[in-house]
This record gives sequence, C-alpha cells and structure tokens, in this order.
Amino acid sequence: MTKNKAALLCGVLFGLGLAISQMNNPDKVLAFLDVTGNWDASLAFVMAGALITLATLQHFILKRSQPVCDTEFHLPKVNNPIDKRLILGAIIFGIGWGLVGFCPGAVLAAWGDGKIEPFLFTFALGGGMMLFSWLHDTK
Amino acid sequence: MENFTPYSAFFGGSLIGLSAALLLYFNGRIAGISGIIAGAFSVKDNDRYWRFFFLIGLILAAVIFNLFVSSSPAAYSRSTLLLVISGILVGYGTRLGSGCTSGHAVCGMARLSMRSIAATITFMFVAMLTVFITRHLFGVSQ
Repeated sequence: MTKNKAALLCGVLFGLGLAISQMNNPDKVLAFLDVTGNWDASLAFVMAGALITLATLQHFILKRSQPVCDTEFHLPKVNNPIDKRLILGAIIFGIGWGLVGFCPGAVLAAWGDGKIEPFLFTFALGGGMMLFSWLHDTK
Repeated sequence: MENFTPYSAFFGGSLIGLSAALLLYFNGRIAGISGIIAGAFSVKDNDRYWRFFFLIGLILAAVIFNLFVSSSPAAYSRSTLLLVISGILVGYGTRLGSGCTSGHAVCGMARLSMRSIAATITFMFVAMLTVFITRHLFGVSQ
C-alpha cells in the first residue's frame, strides 16, 4: 500500500460514510441544528459511530512507533492552548455552517445530488480559504 | 422526528471513523477535510499529493452512491447570495480555526484534544443559534 492508494481508499470510505448517513444532504444537517424545531438527532449518531470506531482503533494504531507509509505520526499536541484565533474561527465556521448546512466534507460528497448548489458552495469555500491565505500567510 | 435515521447514521459514521483510523495507520495523518483541501493546494508542502487521492475518492464514492444506490437531495431553499456568503465563511473560518467537523469534532475529539473540544462546542452552539435566528426569528424557510 502506498500513501496515495491508502488515501484513495480512506477517501472512498469517508465519502460512502457521508452518503450513507445522508450528511451530504444539508437539509438533514440543518434539521439536527434546529433544536427548537422538528429536531432530527441523526447527526449525533453519525458522530457517535465515528468517535467510537476511531477512538477504539487509534488506541491500537498509536502503539506503533510510526505509521505504515510514513516515518512519523503528524498529530498536533492534545494540550496545545485554546486561543482567540481558534474560537473566532469556530464562530465564523459555525455561522456559515448554520446558514446552509454544508461543511467542507459534506459539500464535496454532495456533488452527485443533481443540483448546482454544491458546486457554487465549493467555489465559495475555496474562495474563503484563499482569502485566509492571502490575509494571513505573510511568509 | 419523522426523518430520524439512527441506523444508517451510526453505520455511515462508523465508516467515517474507519476512514480516519486507516489514514492514521497508513499515512499518520488526521482526516480533517478542510485541512486536506487547503493542504492539497499548498505549494509549500512537498508531501501533498495523497490529499488529492483522498478528495477524489471521497467525491467519487459519494457521487456513485447517490447516482446508483440512493439519494436524498436537499431542497436548497436558500438564495444564491446566502450560499456564497456561507461558503466563504466556512472556508475562512475553518482555516482560522484550524479545522472543521471532521478535524475537530471527529479526529480531535477522539483524541480528547482540548482545542478540538472547545472548537466543536463553539461551532455547534453558533450553528444552532444561527439556525434558530434565521429559521425562527426571520422565518427563512427550511
């Protein structure tokens, strides 16, 4: 298994997971976020399934000295400080997520829903990321 | 809760967790989609090509599933302007906050990262508040 093949396999699993759980349907996501309306708890079950599976498997994976195709695990430290930038970013993301119901993974997984909206959103998402690089990457 | 789909949600979520675990096992990387998108286009990173393969796999698998197995398209009652504003906010916010739903709410929370837990609580709360304001105070449909 090479790095690229492994990534392709992981991408396929991730995309299937989003499609099967219907998290690529922003109406379904908004129904979860709409706690005072006709609430749909499905997203919490998606998170539970993902967290239980990942937490269990990574317990064994991280006992290895290195991953299969690389020399080190590329992980941020778990006790890095919470700063203003993190919280401000989460607030801005939360507003955007609540407006339409798309997050970065979900919108890519929605390209096959036969509508133009996922493509428009993807372009805007790329624009927002480029705006960030332009404003913050001074190096 | 007539649209509640707990079994497919839990199964789909488990596949997402398996994907994140395998990406860690093989490549030693976090399956955070906003980081993977940004990193794929970052010329400063020489080890970036695996990210394109991940994104291609994600898009193709979901598109094929929706075309040939089942599909539940959204109504998209939002205006184009709102869609574009939302996309820009999500793109900018996930870069500033170093992650999105996958990176923080799944990968970071599974590792009990304090930053990810704080970020997840923040964006969940703000997104719920945004839905409450747009849907129930201003009456934007859906």
